Amino acid sequence: MIKDYVKFALKTLKVRKTRTFLTMLAVFIGIAAIVSLISLGQGLENAISEQFEALGTNKIMVSPAGTFFGAVGDSVSEITEEDLDVIQKVSKVKQAGGMLYKMARLEFDEEVQYTWAIGLPTDESGDVINEIATFNYVTGRELKESDKYKVVVGIRLAEADIFDKEVKVRDKLKIEGYEFKVVGGMGRIGNPEDDRQVYIPLETAREVFNEPDKLDIIMIETTKGASVPAVVEDIKKELRDFREVEEGEEDFNVQTFEEMMETFAVVFTLVQAILIGIASISLLVGGVSIMNTMYTSVLQRTREIGVMKAIGAKNKDIWILFIIESGFLGMAGGIIGVLIGMGLAKLVELAAFQQGITILKAQFPWYLIVGTLVFSFVIGCLSGLAPAYRASKLKPVDALRYE
Amino acid sequence: MNKPIIELKDVWKIYQIGHVKIPALRGLSLSIHSGEFIAIMGKSGSGKSTLMNMVGCLDIPTKGRVNLYGDDIASFTESDLAQTRGKKIGFIFQKFNLIPTLTAFENVMLPMIFQGIPFEERKKKAQSLLSMVGLSERSAHRPGELSGGEQQRVAIARSLAIDPEIILADEPTGNLDSKTGKMVMDLIIKLHKEQKKTIIIVTHDEDVAKYAQKIKVLRDGLVIGQKK
Repeated sequence: MIKDYVKFALKTLKVRKTRTFLTMLAVFIGIAAIVSLISLGQGLENAISEQFEALGTNKIMVSPAGTFFGAVGDSVSEITEEDLDVIQKVSKVKQAGGMLYKMARLEFDEEVQYTWAIGLPTDESGDVINEIATFNYVTGRELKESDKYKVVVGIRLAEADIFDKEVKVRDKLKIEGYEFKVVGGMGRIGNPEDDRQVYIPLETAREVFNEPDKLDIIMIETTKGASVPAVVEDIKKELRDFREVEEGEEDFNVQTFEEMMETFAVVFTLVQAILIGIASISLLVGGVSIMNTMYTSVLQRTREIGVMKAIGAKNKDIWILFIIESGFLGMAGGIIGVLIGMGLAKLVELAAFQQGITILKAQFPWYLIVGTLVFSFVIGCLSGLAPAYRASKLKPVDALRYE
Repeated sequence: MNKPIIELKDVWKIYQIGHVKIPALRGLSLSIHSGEFIAIMGKSGSGKSTLMNMVGCLDIPTKGRVNLYGDDIASFTESDLAQTRGKKIGFIFQKFNLIPTLTAFENVMLPMIFQGIPFEERKKKAQSLLSMVGLSERSAHRPGELSGGEQQRVAIARSLAIDPEIILADEPTGNLDSKTGKMVMDLIIKLHKEQKKTIIIVTHDEDVAKYAQKIKVLRDGLVIGQKK
């Protein structure tokens, strides 16, 4: 029975192609927007959680208050080498190291560029940073303890993406007017901003930028089996005592990577929800459009409905017929929408890749596809409720008389 | 004589248009027995179409009773009435009224779908009916691709899909030229003679009515005469 009705409904949609297509337009715009947003969002979220997971759960980060992950260097409060000393003395802290971020003027082959220069500790306190940042060196070597005025460059410098000429190992590079020798090249990180950074020994950075003890970020690794939240509390307490601030008024942040991931996830979900909300407006328009089409269809086919009733169709039969037609109208829009959405997401991924963002991979989990199709079918059915009800209630005599 | 299969007793049908009440049928009584061939004649406005709706159980009277196999149709729910109508009465309309999106074959199957008959059975029946009306070759065509005469023959095949005892034809030749009209009438007469169907034809055409055993003439909502 239902199979016959489905066949019947699909036939009607097929015969009235133009009408079907126009009706679906709003639905597939909405569905395409939602599918591309979710698949890209999912991809981004996966990429970022993968990176966080790689860092491990026993890592803690201390930064001045008023900064958030990724935005360093311009906060009101400061943390210094003295804070690092305090942290290193907290029990169950295995290792702690600090970094300095500075915007620097680079000169190479008579060309000038500005980029971030990162001061990396070259003593054992740098190990924790190396581990967290998972640096891989594709050419040359990493910075060592005896290095002074040596530099490791990001991959975009090595690829001649920043300067006209490739920056190679043993080349000379001027940073803030001081001459540095290139000793190594970093592998690709996947973020174009990160890939144009240069890395210099922390001690050299202190001389070049005249920053005797400032640090922008301190990375900490706890000992094995330590309770990370307890260590976080200890660090907070020691830093409060040392910096003479009250609880609740800290001018520094102590975060675990897990916390950062959660914060990120919350913000991310919120942004995604808002975007999907906006895309849903298009779906609402799609629903109204389907309803309109179905009302017109009921009117156009009044006579047909009368005939079907005369030859034995019950009200329920007519109702089901119209609901199915309307549902498939929604789902057809959904199918095209999913395809366009997937294409769109792939395009964005490709465009990002060409911009050097290699970590973004659009994800199309099966539940996204199936869910979207079911959702569009349901929207179609809901929009068809009222028109189908009207059709089912037509009196056969009136319907047959209708011209 | 045996009990009538359709019986109208003092049937009134009053249409209300604005504040004006227009009686289309005014206390009409009529009995139709199994195996009869009746023509209902009358000018437009005589109540012919209203009577057809009553006989076809498409509408219920304002006053009076319409019995289908002894049951008052006013006591049926809308859906029961549809179901019963689908089983007992086959309709043939002046404008053929085939579903334009379906092929001839599917149109013939449609009444059987509403009765929940399984596909294989439906298919066999539809094929045999289409071959009976001489349209096996055209079964995959949509109504728009068929001539008027062909469409009416498909409609006749459709009216027979559930094997109803009663065939109700409303001006079956009204939209056809005389040659194809004759062909359609021959088919209807064959149904009466060979398959013992009860035939009710509503028409204003003497040439069509002459085939019937009885002719009821309608004027102003009443049967005013009977020819034959």
